[in-house]
Amino acid sequence: MSYNWNWGVFLQPTSAGDDTYLGWMLSGFKVTIALSLSAWVIALAIGAVIGILRTVPSKRLSGFATAYVEVFRNIPLLVQLFLWYFVIPELLPEKWGNAFKQSNPLLQQFLASMLCLALFTSARVAEQVRSGINSLPPGQKNAGLAMGFTLPQTYRYVLLPMAVRLIVPPLTSEFLNIFKNSAVCSTIGLLELAAQGRQLVDYTAQPYESFIAVTLAYLLINVVVMFGMRWVEGHVRVPGYIGGK
Amino acid sequence: MHEFDWSSIPNALPFLWDGMLISLEITGSAVLFGILWGTLLALMRLSSITPLSWFAAGYVNLFRAVPLVMVLLWFFLIVPHLLESLFGLSRNKDLRLFSAIVGFALFEAAYYSEIIRAGIQSVSKGQMAAASALGMTYAQSMRLVVLPQAFRNMVPLLLTQGIILFQDTSLVYVSALADFFGAAYKVGDRDGRLVELLLFAGAVYFVICFTASRIVRYYQNKLKTA
Repeated sequence: MSYNWNWGVFLQPTSAGDDTYLGWMLSGFKVTIALSLSAWVIALAIGAVIGILRTVPSKRLSGFATAYVEVFRNIPLLVQLFLWYFVIPELLPEKWGNAFKQSNPLLQQFLASMLCLALFTSARVAEQVRSGINSLPPGQKNAGLAMGFTLPQTYRYVLLPMAVRLIVPPLTSEFLNIFKNSAVCSTIGLLELAAQGRQLVDYTAQPYESFIAVTLAYLLINVVVMFGMRWVEGHVRVPGYIGGK
Repeated sequence: MHEFDWSSIPNALPFLWDGMLISLEITGSAVLFGILWGTLLALMRLSSITPLSWFAAGYVNLFRAVPLVMVLLWFFLIVPHLLESLFGLSRNKDLRLFSAIVGFALFEAAYYSEIIRAGIQSVSKGQMAAASALGMTYAQSMRLVVLPQAFRNMVPLLLTQGIILFQDTSLVYVSALADFFGAAYKVGDRDGRLVELLLFAGAVYFVICFTASRIVRYYQNKLKTA
């Protein structure tokens, strides 16, 4: 197999002349991080609310939350992304749709990607929140109510403080997933890490170096997140539970 | 507000159906080979031969850390390249379907192996001990005693992973292969009816995956009470 390895290619200036190829990769890296982190914050917030709603006694509220989760879990991420990017702007009232379409294309791609990843992940976070709450012995809720707490108070002071600590390990894997899923956003032209990798292949004709570098960057993200979350897990572990101190 | 016009869908149905067959073909082959390779990986991981278990752990962790999109891009790039240099196959040959199946199978095997490993470990130790006491070798006890029980418990999880895989097949879009989603996108793009076609594609995926996951749940409950 004749292939000319050339790792120096990353330090060469791009054909546009404004940056090195390494600079392109770094800018893709930054987009991936910014996109994933912002989507993660929204996903946690929405996922927590939906997950709680799935466990409340009201049929209407829990029914709504179930429908929400089913919709976002049963449509492929790529299809959801295209729906956000191509379809939703057409279905919005004309004024909003036009405002979106006339904004900066980079902003459009980023917003659509962020919303898509956030809602997609929120359905998964909601499932973890629900199973966290349901895994608590029913006596906890009954005890809270018997103490004279209202239902919201029982959630706020009894159920959630425990559930939140129990679901940190499963949330770690969702957190890792959001970084990996963000690579899908390259399909609508967002120049994140995977898209920069493809662009590097086109511009440098060094496919192996480019893809190896991008793959290593994803591994790096993975390792950093895993160590970070392990530190968090160590701090929130509940004594007496599986994996507890 | 957008004016809906669904008229391009009926004519496109045969084309979309062909796309659906490609999606199902990729899903089916990847599930089959993924489970076979995943079982081998799980056995390696649990084996007492250190190099084997290291290899399996490295393989699984590597594939689980990399986005599926990247894995697919690797395969669309490398499989044709390799076949060309190894067997002198012409580069013009359309290997996208083959690359997609290989890529999905190798990727999903990492996820399947974790499910299978947990399944094997959930079979109580006494089963293995009993099989050894009956004079079975390690391979025999695995094949005849442990694995059949492990797989019976794992069926719902394996099927759920299959549903996720079916959704993920839409990502072959990166190679412009006309699977169901790719076909829907092409038709929508051609007729200027992207909104309708994308909504239709979303609805079809939803109906299939929702129904399939309901069936899995029904089966899971039956297994629990059995």
